[in-house]
Amino acid sequence: MTEPAATPAPEAALSDTEVLEQFAQRDYKEGFYTDVESDSAPPGLSEETIAFISKKKQEPAWLLEWRLKAYHTWLKMEDPTQRPAPEQWAMVHYPKIDYQAISYFSAPKKVSLDSLDQVDPEILATYNKLGIPLEEQKMLSGVAVDAVFDSVSVATTFKDKLAEVGIIFGSFSDAVKQHPELVRKYLGSVVPTGDNYYAALNSAVFTDGSFVYIPEGVRCPMELSTYFRINAANTGQFERTLIVADKGSYVSYLEGCTAPMRDENQLHAAVVELVALEDAKIKYSTIQNWYPGNKEGVGGIYNFVTKRGACRGDRSKISWTQVETGSAITWKYPSCILQGDDSVGEFYSVAVTSGRQQADTGTKMIHLGRNTKSTVISKGISAMNGQNVYRGAVQMQKRATGSRNFTQCDSMLIGDQCGAHTFPYITVRNPSSTVEHEASTSKIGEDQIFYCNQRGLSTEDAVSMIVNGFCKEVLKELPMEFAVEATKLLGISLEGSVG
Amino acid sequence: MLKITNLHATVEGTEILKGINLEVAPGEIHAIMGPNGSGKSTLAQVLAGHDAFTVTEGTVRYENEDLLDMAPEDRARKGVFLAFQYPVEIPGVNSAYFLRTGLNEVRKARGEEEIDAYDFLALIRAKMALVEMDESFLKRSVNEGFSGGEKKRHEVLQMAVLEPRLAILDETDSGLDIDALRVVANGVNQLHTPQNSAIVVTHYQRLLEYIVPDYVHVLMGGRIVRSGGKELALQLEDRGYDWIREETAAAAATTQPAGA
Ligand SMILES: Nc1ncnc2c1ncn2[C@@H]1O[C@H](COP(=O)(O)OP(=O)(O)OP(=O)(O)O)[C@@H](O)[C@H]1O
Ligand SMILES: [Mg+2]
Repeated sequence: MTEPAATPAPEAALSDTEVLEQFAQRDYKEGFYTDVESDSAPPGLSEETIAFISKKKQEPAWLLEWRLKAYHTWLKMEDPTQRPAPEQWAMVHYPKIDYQAISYFSAPKKVSLDSLDQVDPEILATYNKLGIPLEEQKMLSGVAVDAVFDSVSVATTFKDKLAEVGIIFGSFSDAVKQHPELVRKYLGSVVPTGDNYYAALNSAVFTDGSFVYIPEGVRCPMELSTYFRINAANTGQFERTLIVADKGSYVSYLEGCTAPMRDENQLHAAVVELVALEDAKIKYSTIQNWYPGNKEGVGGIYNFVTKRGACRGDRSKISWTQVETGSAITWKYPSCILQGDDSVGEFYSVAVTSGRQQADTGTKMIHLGRNTKSTVISKGISAMNGQNVYRGAVQMQKRATGSRNFTQCDSMLIGDQCGAHTFPYITVRNPSSTVEHEASTSKIGEDQIFYCNQRGLSTEDAVSMIVNGFCKEVLKELPMEFAVEATKLLGISLEGSVG
Repeated sequence: MLKITNLHATVEGTEILKGINLEVAPGEIHAIMGPNGSGKSTLAQVLAGHDAFTVTEGTVRYENEDLLDMAPEDRARKGVFLAFQYPVEIPGVNSAYFLRTGLNEVRKARGEEEIDAYDFLALIRAKMALVEMDESFLKRSVNEGFSGGEKKRHEVLQMAVLEPRLAILDETDSGLDIDALRVVANGVNQLHTPQNSAIVVTHYQRLLEYIVPDYVHVLMGGRIVRSGGKELALQLEDRGYDWIREETAAAAATTQPAGA
């Protein structure tokens, strides 16, 4: 039996831990559901399901074959998280997923890539509510948006304007039809179908996503962005994004994601492939705000994503920036393969885990070319029972002489029930390369909060300010249009854990 | 403006304040002196609302309101300012932004309009000149990597910006060179009007040559054991605290009822 506390100091006892705990009870304002008529595949995964998806999308035969090959590879693979504990490498825990209980295709009936007039008004209203108007008169200026709703792209803004400079931007399905040679050349060239369990699954059943091609020497005149929305219940989302930046081109691309609040977990297993040719630069930013589940860990999205970029050409550069605030479980390692000499890879990450969220995230920097350079800045924030893992691999291969990596990994803990862990994997196969790794863990101090309070700031504002200060080096990498949103989101996702 | 009556406070079950009585009228400056560990910072933090301390007995009235009932940020917004003995570092948070956010909260509470970035810059420049701080500090993170003396000046700068009704300075003079001491004193004196009051915690009579107190109190063992005018500070500087300790003990022995 527990002894009565020695000091009956109710206010003091409440304030420290409880105040911090309340902080993690966020409102998820994107958690609504839109009632639209949709066309769904019955739950279950088989060759028939894959043929159904491929037919729905009017795909050429080679793509169906490609999918089936991936499916057979997947069948032979072992679900990595179902291995016995000692062999499990990712620090995430969840019940076995029944892949036969998921529906692999769900598309609203009323969509048309030709005209918004033919799109279900409920869908347009959904995007308006999410702050991403698709109607011409209301479109965000300076940002072209591809809106993906469950398994299909429902609209792409500024498509024509981008086409004037030769840029291809739109739904993946559309690109398969319009530019099959480009898709065929690059699809699976960075993430092979059998790369890992979820990449194989995605390759078999992927539905839609964005395709981007920037021609030689073109600097994309606006931000490109894809907004992913999971709406239907019991449906998985398996999108595929492919971005190719031809010689000397530049593009900045951003993805955002939200989903309704549900008690069942939903699976999101995406694959993103980036290819940068000689002197090309790709900046890829993510603001991930999938439904995280409730405080007790019921519901939420399983976010199992494979993102990889190949710096194929000399002097090319790929930069990943991610702000991960949502999902019940996040499992992703946006990586760079630095093939070209003097190529540059960057990874800037903020990952927040609150409630019962788990995140196992990081990057891989594979140095193959000479004088290649990579920078990794990772900021993990854990609150309540959140578990945050940074897992990062840096490899300096034999030919990668004169290459450098700098990794900085900072963790912040809010309260004392949460955890932060760092796992660096470093391989150096040549003597002229250098790898630097710095790590720190700090606790958001009651004293910091009190100091802010004493200057008139509410506790919520104080925490938001302290957390944003902690993440500053990452947030400044985001395109300006989205930095403000990310700052707000960080505040919201930790709302309530300090009262 | 401030009336502390029989204030008792504990931290982690240990009683630190054991019945403080203190009244501060508008426009008065009170100095509090006392040996290390006697409870001076505890008193300051309790007044500012730090929740590590639990008030177990007594009351504090501030401008006819129950101060202990207010959240720390509300106390700040109503004009209670604490210059910390150990100012806290907040990495990544730009000092100018921090100060402007605080000032706007205080202004909102006073029913004034928020100040925009442009007007704020003019204001902060004037205040920085007052405390002789270089403008480059505005771009730095709050207190991060500041020297001890710089931190203290930064506290005075914040005080000058927020213009509190009741300023509590906890050893703001410790670790300062002579020039800085004068700067801190200037900051306090500048704020000093017939309405605004200050409680100055210090170990050194020296500060009181610049900031002339109306009263000097000696805090010892969680109680104010002696109060006097500014000459009391001189006496303490000369003789230390032992004589007060002895006199207090003797007085306690004679007044103590038998058997207690
Ligand atoms: N958080 C805490 N936990 C435990 N004891 C504490 C805590 N804070 C203060 N104390 C104790 O309370 C007593 C009074 O401390 P306080 O800081 O108020 O002294 P002070 O008069 O300001 O001393 P100084 O002149 O050294 O600044 C000390 O014995 C100190 O150790
Ligand atoms: Mg002290």
